[in-house]
Amino acid sequence: MSDHHDDLPAFCHPVSTKLLFGVFFGLIALTIITVATSALGSALGMPPAFAFPLAMVIATMKAFLVCAFFMHMWWDKSFNVLAFLSSLLFVTLFIGMTMMDTGEYQPTIEAFDVNNLANVEVSE
Amino acid sequence: MAVADSHDTHDDHHDLYDHGEFIAHHFDSAEQQFDSGKLGIWLFLVTEILFFSGLFVAYTLYRTNHPEVFEQAHVFLNKYLGGLNTIVLLFSSLTMALGVRAAQLGRNKNCSIYILITMVCATMFLGVKAVEYSHKWDMGILVRSAFNLTYTHPTPTTEIGKALHISDYLVYLCVVPALLLAGFLVASVISKLIDKGTLAKFMIAMAITVSGYFLGVCIGIIFMNATEGETGSTHASVIAEQPLMLMASTQDDHAEDDHDDGHDHDDHDKAAADSNHEGEHADHEEHFGAHPADGGEASFDAHHPDPSTLSRDVGIFFSIYYCMTGLHAIHIIAGIIALAWLYWRSLLGHWRTDYFGPVDYVGLYWHLVDLIWIYLFPLLYLID
Amino acid sequence: MVDASTRQKLFGTPETNFLNCSKGWKSWAFTLDHKRIGIMYLIGVTVALFLAGVFALVLRSHLFTFDSKMLSDDMYNQMFTLHGAVMVFSFIIPSIPAALGNIVLPMMLGAKDVAFPRMNLASFYLWIIGTGCLLAAILSGKGLDTGWTFYTPYSIDTNTGVIYATFGAFILGFSSIFTGLNFLVTVNTMRAKNQGWFKLPLFVWSLYATAIIQVLATPVLGITLLMLIAEKTLHIGIFDPKYGGDPVLFQHFFWFYSHPAVYIMILPAMGVISELISVYSQKRIFGYSFIAFSSVAIALLGFLVWGHHMFTSGQSLVVTLIFSAITFTVAIPSAVKVFNWLATLYKGSILLNTPMCYALSFIFLFGIGGLTGLFLGALSTDIHLHDTYFVVAHFHFVMVGGTLTALLGGVFHWWPKIWGRMYNDFLGRVGCFLVFSGFNLTFFPQFVMGSRGMPRRYASYDPEFQIFHQLSTVGAFVLGLGILLSFVVLVYSALRGPRCSSNPFRAASLEWQSSSPPDFHNFIHTPVLTDPYDFESQVYDEELDTYIPREFANPAKVAPRKEPVHN
Repeated sequence: MSDHHDDLPAFCHPVSTKLLFGVFFGLIALTIITVATSALGSALGMPPAFAFPLAMVIATMKAFLVCAFFMHMWWDKSFNVLAFLSSLLFVTLFIGMTMMDTGEYQPTIEAFDVNNLANVEVSE
Repeated sequence: MAVADSHDTHDDHHDLYDHGEFIAHHFDSAEQQFDSGKLGIWLFLVTEILFFSGLFVAYTLYRTNHPEVFEQAHVFLNKYLGGLNTIVLLFSSLTMALGVRAAQLGRNKNCSIYILITMVCATMFLGVKAVEYSHKWDMGILVRSAFNLTYTHPTPTTEIGKALHISDYLVYLCVVPALLLAGFLVASVISKLIDKGTLAKFMIAMAITVSGYFLGVCIGIIFMNATEGETGSTHASVIAEQPLMLMASTQDDHAEDDHDDGHDHDDHDKAAADSNHEGEHADHEEHFGAHPADGGEASFDAHHPDPSTLSRDVGIFFSIYYCMTGLHAIHIIAGIIALAWLYWRSLLGHWRTDYFGPVDYVGLYWHLVDLIWIYLFPLLYLID
Repeated sequence: MVDASTRQKLFGTPETNFLNCSKGWKSWAFTLDHKRIGIMYLIGVTVALFLAGVFALVLRSHLFTFDSKMLSDDMYNQMFTLHGAVMVFSFIIPSIPAALGNIVLPMMLGAKDVAFPRMNLASFYLWIIGTGCLLAAILSGKGLDTGWTFYTPYSIDTNTGVIYATFGAFILGFSSIFTGLNFLVTVNTMRAKNQGWFKLPLFVWSLYATAIIQVLATPVLGITLLMLIAEKTLHIGIFDPKYGGDPVLFQHFFWFYSHPAVYIMILPAMGVISELISVYSQKRIFGYSFIAFSSVAIALLGFLVWGHHMFTSGQSLVVTLIFSAITFTVAIPSAVKVFNWLATLYKGSILLNTPMCYALSFIFLFGIGGLTGLFLGALSTDIHLHDTYFVVAHFHFVMVGGTLTALLGGVFHWWPKIWGRMYNDFLGRVGCFLVFSGFNLTFFPQFVMGSRGMPRRYASYDPEFQIFHQLSTVGAFVLGLGILLSFVVLVYSALRGPRCSSNPFRAASLEWQSSSPPDFHNFIHTPVLTDPYDFESQVYDEELDTYIPREFANPAKVAPRKEPVHN
């Protein structure tokens, strides 16, 4: 999709203006969709449980557009792409393990809170 | 002190740029230099993602463990302002991408124009953000320990605040940009006088960039008044009379009355709130103890909930909100500085088809800042 | 083959080199040369080592008797905190990568410099600022008493200089990221022509694996410390239980960085040892690809085990079990390395000079440090041993017995390359003996104390432990003496030692093809790509009294080996 200029060095890949504008309008459309579903979703009969995953799916589509075309990842060296994507893997690991742990001990905290707050009320 | 190590034993002159205008001495070719820089910036973006990851972890954990906090808190965020900022940033990403293209083709003038637009969008974003922040600070929506939701907007005390009917906090947030604007204007006049054409051009561009901030503030106020008016319909008339008034709250009238002795009214306030909201109140273990302004009219609605019905941890949402958006704003400011450097080099005509690396690298950084906002927007503003 | 004068020019002692090519303090303070930055880093980490070492000796002196009144309890807390924080953040983490790696890595690739020389210099200045901030905690008169881990909620409540210190660690983190990022890019894009990944010296592989951790883990430390500062100043309620925060979450954040950071500390040391063992056995390293991939495996597995620091912190049982199980898998790549080193020694022609003595010490000490780690990774024994001197002894065996020993070995190995002068090998070996024996005397008794229940971080203790503490204190002073002696030997040789040739040890990696000291641009000619572990490629040249690549040699005047002379 990038312009082909024979006189450019091998590492220079200008992206065509048409594609850039196309991506931009795609991003705007997705933004409008996500705001609209958030504001009107329940009115249109969408189950509330869908709202968050839908918003994340739309955000990820937008992220894909930005990464692939604005950030030239589509044409970039695979090592760079790999490096960038690997960071997401480590973030997932970080979130996943931590969540697994706090999710496990959360009931203990809540029980402690209830007891403590009960005591506070008694002392007052 | 660019290069300390001049070295005479060899025939060639070892300046930093000894082969090819902008190829550093330790690289063999333009391509090797470009590839190194590109990998370097990608790795830098990796560190940025992991830097933000801590806040995303905190977000995920608190949202999973305390979903009710997030449901109660999100109504205080204005999704139309958030959406506006999203579009501003997306547009800046477009102009950045166009700027990279121009640099790749060696079109320095086009590149400088695109970079200038990108910078203006960036400062506009910050302007809108300043409106959002000051609005929340007015209402006492602060981090967990200071959270004290009152809806009572304090009357402006600064002269400018009084004159324009805007929040004191917004005035404070405009001080630095105003000084910068004045500084750049003076600098552009001086550099024009001493006949430094490029420098004058640069200073004018910087002044335009900073003006973007005030444009953002104005647009932000207009949006805020329009949308808050729509949601808090009872006070549409107040807003219509005072278009610049950043006080689209439900409690203006009473705020001024008990502004000074609010604490004495605590019991009375609580009683009033209790009588109105007995049902909800009973379900909660502990509340703020923050006093809703008295009056007891049924002025609370979905967007202006009774503070006494909120979870005591609702401030944690705003702790996370301020950390995330604040860190993001710091990245925007860093981006503006980097863009200003690019703008300067575009004026000097540095970009060529085989040397455009810096524009590409800063562009990648700028898109990452945009990417993070793409996620922050639904995570913070679009909770339902 | 080239003529004699060219040979002289390439491998003889040059008139100008990177040390004397420019003069004045500015030529050092603003240099972009990786070798000079490496030397400045070496000086910096040495200062940090001595500073933190003095803190350690004060601690050990205090602990000499069970009812010592030398330090107040508060002073004691501050002393061990600063010892830990300065040692970890200012000394061990930058020691091998930023000092030795900076000097050697680009030369091993046949490159003129690292990819981003300005960033390299910035990294050094960030190191200075960060260390300054850490020390500002003392100068502010408040000290720091949280332990180097800054655990919440105590770090939020204490009035000591937590903000200075955390800000210092934050800055030091960026210094570390800059070094790591630089190395990753340098290795990726600046290798010599035809130098494939499997023709790299193993030190490069280990620095690469280290750099992966630096880039991926250190930013998390950055955000953690920023959030801690925000918690302490604004009370944002993320870590502080008073405001609905979760203090265990801080430990997750902290160890997500700090456990991988343990591998930032040990992996470069392992790389140094791979070089030393091979060169001083004059034998191809055994199992090259296993050692190379075990470095990467350790780096990646290092991200999966952080929870083993939190077994007794209230972490949930499921997660604890998972972390314990994964912890054991780290032992596999570590053991792979040790077995490969031992196999390399087998039937090698071993030269027991100073660097090799340090390398052999490393294998022994790291072996003990690694094996005792398994007791701590096992849940049931950890409940007993957690927060005792057993843990202290374990991580000192790995960090001091491992990293410090490897650093000294590596410094002795490359010292002649850096300065063009030879050290006194006898005194070097005496130093090594003192370090080794002093170290064991210091920390072995701590295993015994710890398993008998002596808790760490206590300013006083039961009389029954006194004999162990006394042994430990004596050992600490012997260790200090050994390090001081090595320091004197090194400094003296750099200034007054006899001149040495470009490749006195018959090493085959590319940095030995430069003159000693190297040229400003590292190599006057483009180095001939040789297999770093094919020592047959280097032949002895009588005229120059050094080993040079066969391609450059005069066939009439070479011998395969020169008998090494011990002094």
